[in-house]
Amino acid sequence: MSVSSIIFLLLFISASALFIRNIRRVRRNILLGKDEVRNDRKGERWKIMTLVALGQKKMFKRPLPAILHLFVYVGFVLINIEVLEMFIDGAFGTHRVLSFLNFEGFPLYTYMIGSFEIFAFLVTFGCAVFLIRRNITKVKRLVMKELDGWPKSDANIILISEILIMCSLFLMNAAELTTYQRANLLGSMLPVSQYLVPFLSGISDEGLHIIANACWWFHIFGVFAFLNYLVISKHFHIVLAFPNVFYANLNPKGKFTNLGSVTNEVKAMLDPTFTPPPANPDQPMRFGAKDVQDLSWKQLMDAYTCTECGRCTSACPANQTGKLLSPRKIMMDTRDRLEEVGKNIDKNGKFVDDGKALSGNYITPEELWACTSCNACVEECPVNIDPLGIIIDLRRYLVMEQSAAPTELNMMFTNVENNGAPWAFAQSDRLNWKNEF
Amino acid sequence: MEIQVKTYAEYLASGESPEILFWVGCAGSFDDRAKKITRAIVRILDHVGMKFAVLGTEESCTGDPAKRAGNEFLFQMQAMNNITVLNGYNVKKIVTGCPHCFNTLKNEYPALGGNYEVIHHTQLVQELIDAGKLKVQGGAFKGKKITYHDACYLGRANSVYEAPREAIKALDADLAEMKRSREKGFCCGAGGAQMFKEAEKGNKEVNVERTEEALELTPSVIATACPFCMTMMSDGVKHFNKESSVKVLDIAEIVVGGLKE
Repeated sequence: MSVSSIIFLLLFISASALFIRNIRRVRRNILLGKDEVRNDRKGERWKIMTLVALGQKKMFKRPLPAILHLFVYVGFVLINIEVLEMFIDGAFGTHRVLSFLNFEGFPLYTYMIGSFEIFAFLVTFGCAVFLIRRNITKVKRLVMKELDGWPKSDANIILISEILIMCSLFLMNAAELTTYQRANLLGSMLPVSQYLVPFLSGISDEGLHIIANACWWFHIFGVFAFLNYLVISKHFHIVLAFPNVFYANLNPKGKFTNLGSVTNEVKAMLDPTFTPPPANPDQPMRFGAKDVQDLSWKQLMDAYTCTECGRCTSACPANQTGKLLSPRKIMMDTRDRLEEVGKNIDKNGKFVDDGKALSGNYITPEELWACTSCNACVEECPVNIDPLGIIIDLRRYLVMEQSAAPTELNMMFTNVENNGAPWAFAQSDRLNWKNEF
Repeated sequence: MEIQVKTYAEYLASGESPEILFWVGCAGSFDDRAKKITRAIVRILDHVGMKFAVLGTEESCTGDPAKRAGNEFLFQMQAMNNITVLNGYNVKKIVTGCPHCFNTLKNEYPALGGNYEVIHHTQLVQELIDAGKLKVQGGAFKGKKITYHDACYLGRANSVYEAPREAIKALDADLAEMKRSREKGFCCGAGGAQMFKEAEKGNKEVNVERTEEALELTPSVIATACPFCMTMMSDGVKHFNKESSVKVLDIAEIVVGGLKE
């Protein structure tokens, strides 16, 4: 076995091991959430996953970014076929192992590489426009305050890495093309790298070989690095979009969850003969969500799936009228807190109270009380994330555990309780409207 | 002839049973502007000769504002008490005057033991027009520009987008769409219990933003289908001093204006 094969295999094994470890960590963090049944109605779920995740249906509400995103998405998926070839070459010391597909009179392999170049070009183009939208034309939803610091760098790192990884492909192909042309080996031109050939013509065969080799290793190393960067970045949506849409809420958006724990309490109040089922000692009873562990696993998966595109926030009536609430920040905060809790568990073996919580330390009451529950954020999300569910669970904690509702809402509660209406009118006057015909 | 409004109890006492329960809602019962919408809905029911009942003083808040505000206890208390009343009368079908009541009764009551066929009054109007039972003509609204503001709890929450629009089209009115409509509809600012509190600090009121968008179309009428949207849009029109040229009307009121006698 050659030295390069050994190096490749070591890289492959360590990158895969690291990736699996990170994935398991994310899985453990997601499962810190409470149970929620989301594996019913399988047929509908496959359908919605095909349309929304695979087919990017909701992206096309905004056509320009949708088309650019489609370039990057399709390119990324198809170029993986070439990456697979590179893996085989790396492991067995072969060179372009699929080139046997170049048949006499029908150079299929050259066509394949040529079409990958076109896709790679579209990926590069898409990423370049995305960089411009983020850094030069500054599209509003992509430069908001909550993206300052790491989120902004994260986005730029992803886009620049993708461009570099694609460029290494072009340069590798161009170097080989130059050599081949000198030896009259390759008749067909490659659609993108042929334009780089004139720049390389002064370099010796030996030099070109080194360039091609270096680009190959850069590409391989880039792919492994990117694979592991995914898991700690917002870019993880490329993996989680699929399960996240599959397990999405299928009920009408207006239907909020009914808290079973409350149902038992209310039944006991209304009916003295009702005996509530014994409480589960493993899950302390809490009404609503104080911290990430009080949310459901699906809400936590939503947080890891969010790629911070900000469509939710740009449609949010509260945010658009200058209020503090941003549905995207709700998702980012949930993920940040979940990561913090995860690190706490890594360090201590189990969660040790750190005096912090999602409610208060990350998301403030002012944000929560700005929500009109209009579902615009839920409707907008291209991967069916539900920020509203988290907002309501956090409100429930404020109201039912902390009695911290705004004064006017407490007055409304009192009215509903005493008069059966949110205003202070007597229930006996409820039919007075009929006297005014 | 005076319009008869009977309660479920009165129906039972007379040995009859109504076809449908009209769930009026708190705004429809107490808010002066919304009471006019309630009466318009009753006029439509009366016009087609549908036997409807109300709960009257036995009706109580569905618990919607409590639930959206996070008070699940109060919501479930209200829901279970209402379900006891509704099941006691063996209610099968409900029409509501309010998208919030509609959503809550339809989606959130079944898990607590309340299973009914629930429709919003705009859906009833569409059903009646389609069945040929309700005949409307352009009249006052013919050719007038009307824009419909989607109620969140009718539209996005329950995918009812067409029923209110069909009613406007039936009147030969010129239905103009705002930039943000249907799935992209922009909230009036009242949902999620905001109706009952001051807005959080910001740089604009939500209803002003929405009314501005509606007024860009220079409509004669802004149509709504929700008593809370009605309040917010009416306030918005007042904010721009346009009360004299732009009316805010519920779909039910518009339909009553076009009833063929």
